[in-house]
Amino acid sequence: MEDGEHILQSYDQELEEIRSKALEMGGLVEKQVSNALIAVLERDTELGEHVAASDDEINELEVAIDEECASIIARRQPAAGDLRLLLSIIKITTDLERIGDEAEKIGLYASQLGTHASNQGMSAQLQHLGTLAHSLLKLALDAFARMDDEQAMEVARKSRDIGKEFDDLSRVLITHMMDDTRNIKNALRVIWCARAFERIGNHSTNICEFVIYRVKGKDIRHTSLKKIRKKLYPDMAKDSDKKT
Amino acid sequence: MSTDTATKKRDEFDVEILDTVGQPLLKDQAEVKMAARGCDVFYADHQAIFGVDLDIGKNEIIAMIGPSGCGKSTFLRALNRMNDTIDICKVTGDLTLDGQDIYAKDQDPVLLRARVGMVFQKPNPFPKSIYDNVAYGARLHGLVTNKSELDDLVEASLTKAGLFKEVKDSLLKPGTGLSGGQQQRLCIARTIAVDPEVILMDEPTSALDPIATAIIEELMDELRHNYTIAIVTHSMQQAARISQRTAYFHLGKLVEVNATNTVFTNPEHKLTENYITGRFG
Repeated sequence: MEDGEHILQSYDQELEEIRSKALEMGGLVEKQVSNALIAVLERDTELGEHVAASDDEINELEVAIDEECASIIARRQPAAGDLRLLLSIIKITTDLERIGDEAEKIGLYASQLGTHASNQGMSAQLQHLGTLAHSLLKLALDAFARMDDEQAMEVARKSRDIGKEFDDLSRVLITHMMDDTRNIKNALRVIWCARAFERIGNHSTNICEFVIYRVKGKDIRHTSLKKIRKKLYPDMAKDSDKKT
Repeated sequence: MSTDTATKKRDEFDVEILDTVGQPLLKDQAEVKMAARGCDVFYADHQAIFGVDLDIGKNEIIAMIGPSGCGKSTFLRALNRMNDTIDICKVTGDLTLDGQDIYAKDQDPVLLRARVGMVFQKPNPFPKSIYDNVAYGARLHGLVTNKSELDDLVEASLTKAGLFKEVKDSLLKPGTGLSGGQQQRLCIARTIAVDPEVILMDEPTSALDPIATAIIEELMDELRHNYTIAIVTHSMQQAARISQRTAYFHLGKLVEVNATNTVFTNPEHKLTENYITGRFG
């Protein structure tokens, strides 16, 4: 549903302000994840420490956005698309803040991993997972910025790969630890990073669910992709049937 | 809905109103109290309502919303033939109460209005005592045989309208001496006294403060269990608070009818969305 302008222009301005703050927050979080990924892959201890210490701005934005949403709800009694926009922003910023926390953790582990030769093999495994999580986040933020529900569906579809990547990595790490117990300490750090990337992927999927809620007005949480397609995107369901 | 009027695109709006979206008709027709089918209303040559199909369910509060001049009040007034009082007004199509045509030749409009009562925007008590205001309809329709029955009826009606406690010691004082909110509850008591089946309310709280409004809204919610209520309101929040279904009118057409929750979170029609979110329609 395309939005026209409100009769009260200040209402439009307030909604736009909240939306741009949420996008700004998304941008900061994305930068954090991107830096965390570089820190972990390139063994950049300094960058890892920097990521671990740069969460404040994100947290402040989350609080500010919540405050502004509460104020609009109290003063303007938003309905329909406006209400759904605010609800999805409140939910999305919660996910963004948690992604920020995960990035912070990755930064911390990256700073502790150091430049041990034995780590090289393990961290290569992390590259797939980290890159996938980062790309899901970027796609999710893009879908949110453009309120593109079809792209949001695409992210939901791709996010299924992340669990698989995590399982693969776990298997490799277990072998690694069994080979040489001295690897255990760093292998655990790698798996914690992997876990954080997996969570980032999941939070990105949540963001997409709220993009779909905003656009379609349907809550698709805890629903299988197949059912969502059948209910909301019958054309997409037909296409994917053809492919399979 | 006749095709020529329904498909006529209105130049000033980019959205075509083809048919009412949502659920104007109830699935279970046994639940229908009043029904409109292809209802048109004209003021002389001007058509104010275009082919409205709508069911009003038993024991529900249905809210009718829409911008000024959209026809919601005209439609409401058609439901108890209040439009009969306007010479140039003509109603066509089918309007039924319990399946019976309310515009049938042998239907006495006065008796109809006892079954389908109305509460107006401005409280309009008669310049009589509180007691006589409530007793008026019962006396007119001969609903009681003696004074003690009438006393009971007045007390019961005032109690149902949530006013008895406040006025029990001043029943013989003029109704016009009450506050606005009390006067409106007096009018509701007067309506209830003739034991109607449907109560039509045309902006019943627009002249009241928020507290008096809340009291009337609470009262409506209680009355719903015994009556069917159709309310026209300019306050979208009021429609959202009190109704089970909401009907949106636009330029004489019924655009959308849906569960109130749906209308206010995820309306089907663009025009409904524009109206309830305060956008240019």
